[in-house]
Amino acid sequence: MGLRGEAAIIGMVELAPHRKPTRTPRFSIEQWALLSASALADAGIDASSVNGLISSGISESDKFAPATLSEYLGIPINYGEVVDLGGATAAGMVWRAAVAVELGLCDSVLVMLPGSRDFPTSSRRPAADRGYSGASSNNFGSPQAEFEIPYGNLGQNAPYAQIARRYASTFGYDPRATAKIAVDQRTNACATPDAVFYGKAITVEDVLASPMVADPIHMLEMVMTCHGGAGVIVANAEVAKRSRNRPVWIKGFGERISYKTPTYAEDLLRSPISQAAQTAFGMAAIGRDEVDVASIYDCYTITVLMSLEDAGFCEKGKGMEFVSSHDLTFRGDFPLNTAGGQLSFGQAGIAGGMHHVCDGARQIMGRAGAAQVPDCNTAFVSGNGGIMSEQAALILQGD
Amino acid sequence: MTNKPMPEPTPVSAPFWQSLREHRIRIQYSPAAEQYVFYPRILAPRTLADDLEWRDISGHGTLYTFTVGDRPTAPPWSDSLPQLLAVVEWDEGPRVSTEIVNAQPGELKVGMRVQPVFCDYPDDGITLLRYEPEN
Repeated sequence: MGLRGEAAIIGMVELAPHRKPTRTPRFSIEQWALLSASALADAGIDASSVNGLISSGISESDKFAPATLSEYLGIPINYGEVVDLGGATAAGMVWRAAVAVELGLCDSVLVMLPGSRDFPTSSRRPAADRGYSGASSNNFGSPQAEFEIPYGNLGQNAPYAQIARRYASTFGYDPRATAKIAVDQRTNACATPDAVFYGKAITVEDVLASPMVADPIHMLEMVMTCHGGAGVIVANAEVAKRSRNRPVWIKGFGERISYKTPTYAEDLLRSPISQAAQTAFGMAAIGRDEVDVASIYDCYTITVLMSLEDAGFCEKGKGMEFVSSHDLTFRGDFPLNTAGGQLSFGQAGIAGGMHHVCDGARQIMGRAGAAQVPDCNTAFVSGNGGIMSEQAALILQGD
Repeated sequence: MTNKPMPEPTPVSAPFWQSLREHRIRIQYSPAAEQYVFYPRILAPRTLADDLEWRDISGHGTLYTFTVGDRPTAPPWSDSLPQLLAVVEWDEGPRVSTEIVNAQPGELKVGMRVQPVFCDYPDDGITLLRYEPEN
């Protein structure tokens, strides 16, 4: 079972995240087209080989997204897909694209995630109030509406803090260790001009002095939503030969979805990346020690910590020691989130998950500039959706 | 308090909410799986067995995890800080999302014993199930 490693990321686009909308307002289908054109230009190929697309839905229509995008782009497709995995959407899209390519369904697949909600506005039809329920559904009949929201259990901060609290009571908790994750990633952002926190170094003391938002999580251990967008082109070997970039082959993947609300996790401290990473490493037939760069989904520092453990980079319960005893910067012995991660590069909404795909691909292509890890050939990428409830892993490699 | 969203029982879940109104706790049980089930479902989770029956439980349990929220999780809770958002593991097995009341944040410890507090909202015809440290 698995990929042969014959589909590659050949081009990418990642807009610099902006805290406030600064670009011209565009509908999501317009953003989709602009991102696609940029990624194709980056690859140095035209649109003629494109015959697949994967989206996470579009804001202008709650149904028929692939057909609407195909029509808008003027590109008929053999494979159209909507992936609904929150922060794991990007990783989930990339492996689906690789599968479509390896099955021979597609030559090139557009995998785009618009990341700005700064849409053109209508005076006749004011934008609907998005409400406060966010990733929870307050619709009648939704389990969250009935059993979570009435107790105030919604949003992300509190449930992630509940995970961290459970972790602390089981394995212990060193606030300086989780803070160091944020600090090392900020160092990486300071070598990445597009990062939203470029030029703004922080210390462990800064993190610990930032407001406690949901105990034990500090403000500087949480992502900040930005405007941006990102995407990649996944193509077969023949198209890859025509690309100007070093192909980044998708060698392995795994995905695991196990619950929506952490209350119902079988074991809150064994996240689904355990199975996803096991599958991915097995498929790629490589060991953890062969990974040159890890790009781990980092909505919160606790997510990074537990993902490192559960993906097998260190022993369960020893993550605090691991991050304390390794240099996680691009210069270090365990380069992690080398462009700053979402914590310091910025989280452009749903496109935040694509940051990690781009981080890994950029390093393997040798295009990470001042943050380049020498001789980078293998990247591990994780995606994480919901409250560590749906996770995906990718193994990317150069030739 | 009335600006907070209230649960709306469904045809399947109604017996649970009815039991709370009576200050009892009834949840589902699957004899085939020999497991209690929460939240209420039409078929047993995992097995999809059509054997769910309603049983009373004591409602006592342990604090599985919690957080002290100094910032509201959403606007309706802006006057209810800090939020003591908790997950309780019932002695019968399943876990339930709830809030801790009648306790100071500093008293809370993962693994501590907790007991139900029935909070009636007559205008909504709803009783919410909150928890406090066991006597």
